[in-house]
Amino acid sequence: MSIDEKTAAHVAKLARIRVDDARLPELAQEFNTILGFIEQLSEVDVEGVEPMVSVEPMRLKRRADLVTDGNQQAKVLSNAPDAREGFFAVPKVVE
Amino acid sequence: MLDLTFEAPKPKVIAGAKHDWELVIGMEVHAQVASKAKLFSGASTQFGAEPNSNVAFVDAAMPGMLPVINEFCVEQAVRTGLGLKAKINLRSAFDRKNYFYPDLPQGYQISQLYHPLVGEGEVLVDMEPGIARRVRIERIHMEQDAGKSIHDMDPAMSFVDLNRTGVALMEIVSRPDIRGPEEAAAYVAKLRQILRYLGTCDGNMQNGNLRADVNVSVCRPGAYEKYMETQDFSHLGTRCEIKNMNSMRFIQAAIDYEARRQIGILEAGGEIVQETRLYDPDKGETRSMRSKEEAHDYRYFPDPDLLPLEIEQAWVDDIAANLPELPDAKKARFVTEFGLSEYDASVLTADLANAAYFEAVAAEAGDGKMAANWVINELFGRLKKDDRGIEDSPVAPGQLAALVGLIKKGDISGKIAKDVFEIVYTEGGDPAKIVEEKGLKQVTDTGAIEAAVDEVIAANPAQVEKAQANPKLAGWFVGQVMKATGGKANPKAVNEIVTAKLGL
Repeated sequence: MSIDEKTAAHVAKLARIRVDDARLPELAQEFNTILGFIEQLSEVDVEGVEPMVSVEPMRLKRRADLVTDGNQQAKVLSNAPDAREGFFAVPKVVE
Repeated sequence: MLDLTFEAPKPKVIAGAKHDWELVIGMEVHAQVASKAKLFSGASTQFGAEPNSNVAFVDAAMPGMLPVINEFCVEQAVRTGLGLKAKINLRSAFDRKNYFYPDLPQGYQISQLYHPLVGEGEVLVDMEPGIARRVRIERIHMEQDAGKSIHDMDPAMSFVDLNRTGVALMEIVSRPDIRGPEEAAAYVAKLRQILRYLGTCDGNMQNGNLRADVNVSVCRPGAYEKYMETQDFSHLGTRCEIKNMNSMRFIQAAIDYEARRQIGILEAGGEIVQETRLYDPDKGETRSMRSKEEAHDYRYFPDPDLLPLEIEQAWVDDIAANLPELPDAKKARFVTEFGLSEYDASVLTADLANAAYFEAVAAEAGDGKMAANWVINELFGRLKKDDRGIEDSPVAPGQLAALVGLIKKGDISGKIAKDVFEIVYTEGGDPAKIVEEKGLKQVTDTGAIEAAVDEVIAANPAQVEKAQANPKLAGWFVGQVMKATGGKANPKAVNEIVTAKLGL
């Protein structure tokens, strides 16, 4: 797999990270180096090996259907750059 | 379980300028799980709370917060799957669907793309007695709902409320088996009915607890049959997805508009571009959501915060053993057990509360058919007039059963019974007592009826002559006698005696 400049620009946009056009060739190159490094893993034969999802044999932890959290509007909003009348206020987004 | 036989409905055909077209529709219905707490946090799901008050730090995606799954939500999704006769996957897993939007603080939605909890099932969509569409369900997966953005409180800002963020949804994905706008609405209605019977979702569409994304494409007659034979999608047209519909009426209007839009493009020699569209109910049209297009690259990957969800067959069996009787089975039973028409059985089973009310009346009155008539025609009609639900019925099942019992015994005629019903409805009371106190009991004493008939005959010699010449006019005498007895005479007895006395 090879990342060209167009793909690099697309990935940057999806991640909402601004990248100047001049920086794109370098970024694409970095992606390719990283992917190339990771691709070495495909040399390992994993035929018939179950993907390992946990180091310990654990079962997904469950919770009962009880309300144990919430009612902390002030705390939830405390890091927001702008909040009004209990809402997060953000620059207008309209479809 | 008894299966009623049925035929598939005809697909909707739209005549274009050049030739006929058929519709092919698939749906993704998002049903909010009726749980107290959210899917991965302990915050409440209560609707209409103060903004951002039902928010745990997990929902606000504060760094380091980890999701812990609500087992009840999983159980409800399994219940729903079993209710749709679907395969339950004992091992499923959660994936991250990545996109940025202000009401999605995590920057991704936790969903199940690769390994859904529920596999293939089906829904039988009744169109009219004997006509139904079998819609295949592809899968049901669990996912988080997003928050709510409000755009009209400030000209320059959008306001975000995270109360709904992280609430558990079941996404029910159908195959493209729906063939017209009416079928699409009927499909949503049937799903809603099943979910409400199961108690897994309250089905409140106004609050957005049940909403649908609708995939619409058009094809020439014959093409769909080829798809069904081969399951090869290339026989079908390119589809467009209309997002987030929460009204049956709008679903139908949007599909109709979208199909005609696509037909117009195709007949003009154009091509349909696969895209997401939004229905504008004010203008009655769909329009492209261009902003969604690039973001459609969701870069799904397994959520590293959550182990695969493994459930035990015994647990599933236990849930299956405790499923309630579902609409199709109940309807079939009402037809066979009470001798009801399929139509009446549909009306009575539309809602669980209606069905329970009817069964209580039928059991006590000992006559299902009569009970059905009185529940549907009198009670439902009267409740509708007052805009009341069955839960607020002033007439209890026992009272209605007593009324039906009085008719069965021959104590009152059906006509008098309607008057008694109105009294019970408005003033309450025991029907038998009302009949007794108001002296409404039907006269079956032939002596008394004969006397009344004699009186009418004696007073109307001219009518007697006419009736003897034309026996059809005997009805006039019956009417007069009923009037003279205040409607209390047994109509059948009056009829017989009038006929005999007039020598007809």
